[in-house]
Amino acid sequence: MSDLLRLATAGSVDDGKSTLVGRLLYDTKSVLADTLDAVHRASADRGLTTPDLSLLVDGLRSEREQGITIDVAYRYFATPKRSFVLADTPGHVQYTRNTVTGASTAQLGVLLVDARKGVIEQTRRHAAVLALLGVPRLVLAVNKIDLVDYDEVTFSRIAKEFTAHATALGYPEDAVVEIPVSALAGDNVVEHSERTPWYDGPTLLEHLETVPVDADPHDAPFRFPVQYVIRPRTAEHPDYRGYAGQVAAGTVRVGDEVAVLPDGLRSTVTGIDTADGPLEEAASGQSVTLLLEHDLDISRGDLIAAAAVPPKVTDEFDATVCWLSEKALTPGARVLVKHGTRTVQAIVTELRTRFDEQKLGSTDAPDSLTLNEIGQVALRTAEPIPVDDYTKSRRTGAFLVIDAADGSTLAAGLVGAPLPELDGVESCTDGGDAAEPDSHALVSPGP
Amino acid sequence: MTTTALDTLDRLESEAIHIFREVAGEFDRPVILFSGGKDSTLLLHLAIKAFWPAPVPFPLLHVDTGHNFDEVIRFRDKVVAENGLRLEVAKVQDYIDDGRLAERPDGTRNPLQTVPLLDAITNHKFDAVFGGGRRDEERARAKERIFSLRNSFGQWEPRRQRPELWNLYNGRHRPGEHVRVFPLSNWTELDVWHYIAREGIELPSIYYAHQREVYLRDGMWLAEGPWGGPRENESLVEKTVRYRTVGDGSCTGAVESDAADIETVIAEVAASRLTERGATRADDRLSEAAMEDRKREGYF
Ligand SMILES: Nc1nc2c(ncn2[C@@H]2O[C@H](COP(=O)(O)OP(=O)(O)OP(=O)(O)O)[C@@H](O)[C@H]2O)c(=O)[nH]1
Ligand SMILES: [Mg+2]
Repeated sequence: MSDLLRLATAGSVDDGKSTLVGRLLYDTKSVLADTLDAVHRASADRGLTTPDLSLLVDGLRSEREQGITIDVAYRYFATPKRSFVLADTPGHVQYTRNTVTGASTAQLGVLLVDARKGVIEQTRRHAAVLALLGVPRLVLAVNKIDLVDYDEVTFSRIAKEFTAHATALGYPEDAVVEIPVSALAGDNVVEHSERTPWYDGPTLLEHLETVPVDADPHDAPFRFPVQYVIRPRTAEHPDYRGYAGQVAAGTVRVGDEVAVLPDGLRSTVTGIDTADGPLEEAASGQSVTLLLEHDLDISRGDLIAAAAVPPKVTDEFDATVCWLSEKALTPGARVLVKHGTRTVQAIVTELRTRFDEQKLGSTDAPDSLTLNEIGQVALRTAEPIPVDDYTKSRRTGAFLVIDAADGSTLAAGLVGAPLPELDGVESCTDGGDAAEPDSHALVSPGP
Repeated sequence: MTTTALDTLDRLESEAIHIFREVAGEFDRPVILFSGGKDSTLLLHLAIKAFWPAPVPFPLLHVDTGHNFDEVIRFRDKVVAENGLRLEVAKVQDYIDDGRLAERPDGTRNPLQTVPLLDAITNHKFDAVFGGGRRDEERARAKERIFSLRNSFGQWEPRRQRPELWNLYNGRHRPGEHVRVFPLSNWTELDVWHYIAREGIELPSIYYAHQREVYLRDGMWLAEGPWGGPRENESLVEKTVRYRTVGDGSCTGAVESDAADIETVIAEVAASRLTERGATRADDRLSEAAMEDRKREGYF
């Protein structure tokens, strides 16, 4: 079992995400005394009788003043079973870009709903964002269950409605678990609650400790974006020339035949170096330096890939973008695309569809994509780049869309169409008792 | 080696190396902030690994408060010499001497580092500045990106941070702006110590238990130095102490400890009920948002 789980919270504003994270930290005794004292003091200053655990994570002044989360907080905690990297994200729609930030590397999403409100617009939006980014597993935490008198019927209704939405987004049934919790009172977060005798599933923590972590598939084809060329030119290493990078997918062994893309030159790996000595083999996630047999012209931005299974090298491809900027995207826009270690100029030649994450349908040929909208686009790049489908590789199928003028990040880009083809699943907006959603394969897990 | 799953330290090391190489590949004039403390020593160790067998392609910068522990400065200079590095020093004292900065009433100089730091960045045209900040240190730091864009006044604008997606870092900036880079973002204090043990990294001796004359102020054991010493109602006592963080000597407290080697330090950190800053940094006790306010002004 993997020793690390990366998770991100999601859900609408005030649903209790930060309180839940605070509760997890508090109940697992991950909060040190001085930090806790500070929270007690701040809570008392605000006239509260019990500590406001969201203050453990809402670390910015304006967050505490407004009682909302604005940007992602990263927290680290461990139990004897596992270590956790936790990203607490904002629920406010204005800060969706920060939610996307937290979710982009998550292996599990904890999506909260307020039991009084059930599944609402922002729940559906965030579920779609998590599905799009390929977060392989979800927990639906039906929070504030204390405010609906720990009512089983309310819980089941929300769980059912949500499951329908998640299934339509491509989540297999066993990838979604629903848990009734009260972040405020602590019910079913770390301790089983006596107030929900009808619930016999795991607490949130039990689930987080035991949920399978979808590890990097070792059989994925090898991908290695070259970050930097190491040429010491010292007396000790006069002719050393190594290609430094982090294995983005798959495994490489000394003797492997590789292709250097986009040019397509071929060579053989003669060495895998690290400061701790040479390796015979390196796998996804490892930072190493590759030595090749031939003296090729390779530089930052090139991709070294398994010669037998190279990615597609193309200057035209379809992609899905999650638009994160106030500046709208219109057809013909000139942008920069940062893919792996290469940044190229690109034109968005066409807006193909805009995704409606509420009705799970799509509009063809929209005029624009605006802040927080998801859509499919066609891109043309100034030079060919080697791309994988995002559903095959979360690392080499992802790219940033950058504003050439001011350098800001405009969008999260995903090669291909990670969301299933959708044509309006009515059941998700009206209570969840209607049509059987199509089952679609979910994207494969990434690093 | 076979393809076993990477353990936590391997993963953190690999991430930091990846970050160093990204910066080397995309920026013109990076610099590593280096004080000789444990986080900056770790930072340098990782940089050396990232570019081995080539030398580290960046200089180092120390923003010197003048409130130093001798052991740390000696260690700093030794490390610089041993690795053939170039060290720039920006001295708070120079700014006080010529009146550009005024000594604070409380005598601490950590907040005074901001101006010399920003001047050094401007004068040397540094465009990427590596810091040893960790998200687990403090809740405002927990909000910061690994690539943190600073405007031309060096300010952090927490409400306007760029999205940071996957491990694709966007280091674009306009002239005059720069990027602070935090390769240790995802390390905890315990990770740092475990890694120091695993790699056998040498640290200044004051991180380990030693005898020292100290006096108690605001619940912290402070040492005498050029910054002053005990006031009337305070008195020096000899204690067995060590430092969990190393900064401005006037406000960095020692903790009572018998942990004289790395194993006992790890055991002590794991059992501690106080955060390293809470235990040892008076400047962070100033207000609920002390760290955030300093970062907004351009602090590390
Ligand atoms: N009764 C009750 N109140 C809760 C519960 N969880 C959270 N709250 C309250 O709901 C309010 C919002 O909680 P937060 O944790 O800040 O919500 P959030 O989801 O993090 O909000 P954003 O991050 O701004 O989207 C606070 O007043 C909490 O005390 C719960 O389980 N029961
Ligand atoms: Mg919150």
